[in-house]
Amino acid sequence: MARRIDADALSFGLAIGGLASIAVVFLIAPTLILLITSFTDSESLKFPPSGYSFRWYAALLDAHQLLDAAWNSLVVAVWTTVLSVILGVTAALAIGRSRAPWAKALDSLFMSPLLLPALAFGFGALIYFNSIGLAQSMIGLIFGHTAVCVPFVLRNSIAALSQLNPAMQEASESLGAGSLYTFRRVTLPLIAPGVGAGSFIAFMSSFDNVPVSLFLSDARTQMLPIHLWEIIETNLDVRTAAASGVIVVATLVLMILAERFAGLTKQLR
Amino acid sequence: MAGGSADERGEWRLALPLAAFFLLFFIAPLAVLAAWSFYAATETHTLTLAQYAKFLGDRFTLGILWNTLWLGVEATLVCLVFGYPLAWLAIRLTPRWQAALLFVVILPILTSVVVRTFAWIVMLGSQGVINKTLIAIGLIDTPLRLLYTETGVVMVLAQVQMPLMVLPIMATLMRVDRNLFDASASLGAGAWRTLWKVTLPLSIPGIVAGCILVYAACVTAFVTHTLIGGARLIYMPLYIYQQATGANDWPFAAAMSVIFMVAVLFVVYLLNLLGRTSKGQIYG
Repeated sequence: MARRIDADALSFGLAIGGLASIAVVFLIAPTLILLITSFTDSESLKFPPSGYSFRWYAALLDAHQLLDAAWNSLVVAVWTTVLSVILGVTAALAIGRSRAPWAKALDSLFMSPLLLPALAFGFGALIYFNSIGLAQSMIGLIFGHTAVCVPFVLRNSIAALSQLNPAMQEASESLGAGSLYTFRRVTLPLIAPGVGAGSFIAFMSSFDNVPVSLFLSDARTQMLPIHLWEIIETNLDVRTAAASGVIVVATLVLMILAERFAGLTKQLR
Repeated sequence: MAGGSADERGEWRLALPLAAFFLLFFIAPLAVLAAWSFYAATETHTLTLAQYAKFLGDRFTLGILWNTLWLGVEATLVCLVFGYPLAWLAIRLTPRWQAALLFVVILPILTSVVVRTFAWIVMLGSQGVINKTLIAIGLIDTPLRLLYTETGVVMVLAQVQMPLMVLPIMATLMRVDRNLFDASASLGAGAWRTLWKVTLPLSIPGIVAGCILVYAACVTAFVTHTLIGGARLIYMPLYIYQQATGANDWPFAAAMSVIFMVAVLFVVYLLNLLGRTSKGQIYG
């Protein structure tokens, strides 16, 4: 490419390239530094660590509260994802193919949890669940999480449906297939990657949820992010770094799996 | 029309389960929250506007609201300044590199927000990586106070929410016809001029979508506010939490939640409006 290198192009390249490089470094650095620090052999979170060991990872095995909280978070995240997929995909089938005003209105309503301060909803859910007897229960947590996680499934499913050629479904139906059969054998396989990416994000955001869990969980239903937050707030325990290390690696593995099977980055593009 | 046939076949009924769920577990809690904001006290349920008067008549609480809304603006702007070049660059990469970059961008949203914020505590301290680096390259002599300052909170928020800015802008830029950039260049416009006159105006829908998502996430980022801001910097989410669980003043906390929600939705509305008017200028 014979491009004229002048002051204009040079300053532009430097500015855009510089800002983008800083952005990339800042996106990776914190996670990487935390990961390295978690292998420290000392009692402080200094970077770089004076020596390396697995002692804090070994200490995790005895951290019963932490393990209980992790298990609770996992259970809630799994049920939230299941519920979000059932509710989100069915709603996407109705909304995604309709251009009627009611569909637009419902779409805005179902997406609104992403815009409203989730903490305000969490507090509202606490008052409401208190009055209907669901407060501090796993069911309450699952319902609360589902309300804020369903938008991810819905958005990705609608996006996948809009890429779908309607002729496929028409062909299936004109060949005599019922609408349920068409959904199972034609529509669902075609939108599966989009649904997969959406449910992956819903799962991760439920596992990571703070604003809703903050109000809906208690000592019996302790959630991992809340428990970690409490530890970091009170005394910076190095075990939290090890727990964070496990979360980072698990996330990375899940992301690679999601990329392989659902083409995660393609779905989010 | 697709909508007509879908409606005729009764597909609208498929939206009913989620609509019912939302009515029961999203709208009802918010309605109950709104009702509680009019109660006189946690025990006495007579209706009054006292909670709103208490909030709006107090400079301290109004200050907290203003600081929270302003914090969101600052963090969103920082996010845009760094996120836009990243998106600009990303769409010009080969598919392989683009996937790699996307991976790097998405990883932070999927890693626990507590973990990400925690990582910053390690970096921001006076003995942390950032201060050590700045001292080593001679930019500063004494460590900067970053932890427990607003600057620190803005930095961390911008990093933590960056993906929400980059993804919508990338999505918009990818739909832009590349020939437009070449046309601008061949007509003699320099790189900066092409950015201001062609690329930026065309990416406004993505910028607005990104800003809205980042803003909404930043003002409600309880974990980042409390862990990086510490106990001295109080923002709305922490204050609502303290009033609700510490002081057990549910009506006041409910009124604050309502005011906070309305304020955030108003900012989102303004951002939407901004997007629409600037679009009008391009094509008008």
